[in-house]
Amino acid sequence: MSTTAEAHHDHHDAPSGIKRWIFATNHKDIGTMYLVFSGLMFFTGGAMAMIIRAELFQPGLQFVDPGFFNQMTTMHALVMVFGAVMPALVGLANWMVPLMVGAPDMALPRMNNWSFWILPVAAILLVSTLFMGGGAPASGWTMYPPLVLQTGDAFPFLIFSVHLLGMSSIMGAINIVVTIMNMRAPGMGLLKMPLFVWTWLITAYLLILAMPVLAGAVTMLLTDEYFGTSFFNAAGGGDPVMFQHVFWFFGHPEVYIMILPAFGIVSQIIPTFARKPLFGYDSMVYATASIAFLSFIVWAHHMFTVGMPLAGQLFFMFSTMLIAVPTGVKVFNWTATMWKGSLTFETPMLFAVAFLFLFTIGGFSGLMLGITPADFQYHDTYFVVAHFHYTLVPGAVFGIMAGVYFWLPKWTGHMYNEKLGKLHFWLSAIFVNVTFFPQHFVGLAGMPRRIPDYATQFADFNMISSIGAFVFGASQLLFVYIIWSCVRGGEKASTQVWEGAEGLEWTVPSPAPHHTFEVAPEVR
Amino acid sequence: MRERFRRISKNAVLGTLCYLLAIPAAFADWEINLTEGVTPISRDTFALHMIIFWVCVVIAVVVFGVIIYSLFTFRRSRGAVPDTSMVHSTKMEIVWTIIPIGILVAMAIPAAESLIKIEDTRSPDLTIKVTGYQWKWHYEYLGDSADQFVKSNFGFFSNIDAASNRARQVDSGVDVYQIEHYLRDVDKRVVVPVNRKVRLLLTSNDVLHAWWVPDLGGKRDAIPGFINEMWFQAEETGVYRGQCAELCGRDHGFMPIVVEVQTEEDFAQWVAQNGGAVGGGPADVPGATGDVVAAAAAAAGGAGSSDAVDIELGFDELMSRGEAAYLTNCSACHQPNGQGLEVGGFPALAGSAIAAGELSVHVDQVLNGKAGTAMASFAYLSDTDIAAIITYERNAWGNDTGDIIQPADIQAAR
Repeated sequence: MSTTAEAHHDHHDAPSGIKRWIFATNHKDIGTMYLVFSGLMFFTGGAMAMIIRAELFQPGLQFVDPGFFNQMTTMHALVMVFGAVMPALVGLANWMVPLMVGAPDMALPRMNNWSFWILPVAAILLVSTLFMGGGAPASGWTMYPPLVLQTGDAFPFLIFSVHLLGMSSIMGAINIVVTIMNMRAPGMGLLKMPLFVWTWLITAYLLILAMPVLAGAVTMLLTDEYFGTSFFNAAGGGDPVMFQHVFWFFGHPEVYIMILPAFGIVSQIIPTFARKPLFGYDSMVYATASIAFLSFIVWAHHMFTVGMPLAGQLFFMFSTMLIAVPTGVKVFNWTATMWKGSLTFETPMLFAVAFLFLFTIGGFSGLMLGITPADFQYHDTYFVVAHFHYTLVPGAVFGIMAGVYFWLPKWTGHMYNEKLGKLHFWLSAIFVNVTFFPQHFVGLAGMPRRIPDYATQFADFNMISSIGAFVFGASQLLFVYIIWSCVRGGEKASTQVWEGAEGLEWTVPSPAPHHTFEVAPEVR
Repeated sequence: MRERFRRISKNAVLGTLCYLLAIPAAFADWEINLTEGVTPISRDTFALHMIIFWVCVVIAVVVFGVIIYSLFTFRRSRGAVPDTSMVHSTKMEIVWTIIPIGILVAMAIPAAESLIKIEDTRSPDLTIKVTGYQWKWHYEYLGDSADQFVKSNFGFFSNIDAASNRARQVDSGVDVYQIEHYLRDVDKRVVVPVNRKVRLLLTSNDVLHAWWVPDLGGKRDAIPGFINEMWFQAEETGVYRGQCAELCGRDHGFMPIVVEVQTEEDFAQWVAQNGGAVGGGPADVPGATGDVVAAAAAAAGGAGSSDAVDIELGFDELMSRGEAAYLTNCSACHQPNGQGLEVGGFPALAGSAIAAGELSVHVDQVLNGKAGTAMASFAYLSDTDIAAIITYERNAWGNDTGDIIQPADIQAAR
């Protein structure tokens, strides 16, 4: 096989120093770079969130101009979605998918290099807009026209940055699909793959289907701005609502792109620490696939207030409610996995259990938002902000953190500091709720999202929310310290690492050597 | 500040207790639930909201109960031995697929019923066209011969009130708690009759906005180039407050909506005062901005083209009127101090080549806007307001041109 020969060749004159990273084709090196990049972006986006919460600490404008506030909400979302969450999940896939399916590397290592190195370029383009005339994009990450067309010099940079991020995602997704389809170890049938691999396979298809749609939408914005087209300009015969349809046709699968791999991580961790196989493996796979399918037919529930025909609203309400069924199946299966298990609560398990509770709360508010008449009240309020932060922070981000703690010993060969890990967990779990739970209340009470200043009746909950956010933000520095000290040293990790761990990735030594499975393992 | 903190911490404990007990409507001054509102639709929606909420609470209690029970019972530290044979149960999986479907169907039926009512905008008693602007609302009451209240079109702009507008400037030094309805008050309210079906036709002049008063039911987007419909029928007189709900740029947070529901008699009187004041013609004359209606009405009995152009105003009068109109219409971008905003690309007027330069260019830009920029045409303002604004801009902040522009000059330049 040419891939093996290539890897073998690389092994002999493996570049060292900076070249090891710039010319990296090794899935582990690239996975590490994705994760480090994601960490940097997590703190960049987090700093923006701190500015937002500082301004919202009290009513009145104390620190920033409203225009800059809008730049912060927009950039916070773009950086977190495209810079932090997605690259972290791709990084985990890079590291773990070949190890889990028993492949020596990703199927397309050079493309893998390219899909990573596009990211920093896109991120620099995006973040540099903060220093441009007219400031960074300030129209929300949803980039709705006509407002987005009022962006200053940053506009083309925003569009190109989104294009690059999309290209990176598509290439990463193709690589994952090809790796999973072609490079599984002999004997590993599709329905024998670990669930993390399954969720990533499905996610990769979502990426391939959804990202080009986003690219199309932003290209139409670009031509509307510079080449006299009127796709979204009513005065020229276009329709600003059409952008929202196209955007959310991408945007809804996108939210599952961010959560499905986290489902996969949790599905690896719960059986490990329950010391019992995942309950209902097949139905977990089918539920994931159903969620992915449904994600393409519910997009307009993000835009019930644009004034759709009654039949359209009914269709999108019913299809949205249906998502609760496969999502429920997953929650019930995770619960059944713990039932009659033998549970221990190391840090990854703590994050996975918190995920189970808090993601479900996000699911409940999601169900409420899906009820169209109620959505007319909830839409564009802090209730929505609370909802999607529950699914994304204690959902996707806790999933990622659980995965990092779970696999860190395999990556570094050292156990992390369990005491500090637990402290990090409890600080995060408590303060994520202090931050986001009160946002349900202000939202229901009538506070719109994306406002820099608010009426005084919303003041108390906003202050609590800000305090929660500051502590949550600060406790993430602990996460960095824990990872750093685990890389530097610590108790030696065994090959299996966790007593209940099963799967090919736990058969290679810790730390995982640069090249693994050069001879394909046999799966029974 | 310290006292506030103490109150906060006391309430935080209470609040936490309350949400742990999942009692949503428990406290009075800590608003934590949706408003029930004053229209049939808002009450329906509230009922629906409470049903879904309690359904979620019940499911949460059951599911979280089982999870918590497992977390405590099946611990290795308590000697739990894993039952590794328990990997699958078709029966259970069918049960926990069918039950949620049943619950969803039960929820979908009342939701669909409400939705059908919400979308029925037929046979209104009064129609108001609402136009979103960056960053204010324009209301136009549409005249209809079959209508018993409004015989002819009339309209006005509704801006954020002056007190909130002063206080909301960065580092204004104003204690916002001293302002009664901070960010939720306007210079001119929308007035509607009680127990009447009011239909709103929503559109926008620039970007997307959304019109939302929680007490009157849901929100609806205002989209440039399109007309959206919504309706409400308020069953109680009173004042209801809301604000723009769709991100519309820098001052999105500062375009409140205030609706006053009056008895039919009071409403008829209000229409007579306002409808009469803006002239009896059917044509759209959005010439009067808010408060100015009353002032201009006394002087001229009209707006727009019938503005008091033949009246010469003194410098001081132009300056004071100009300052007020400038703060309402121009200061969001050019700032109250005339320094503009570099981050937004909004140029300073103090010492600018236009505001302190050639007069005709200045007048042209105010009347016609500047293509390719955020500077829109302000031709819809009255001649008097435009004359006052330009006079003010040319003499404030060190722009000591000494120019005095009269309404007649503006009329001539149109």
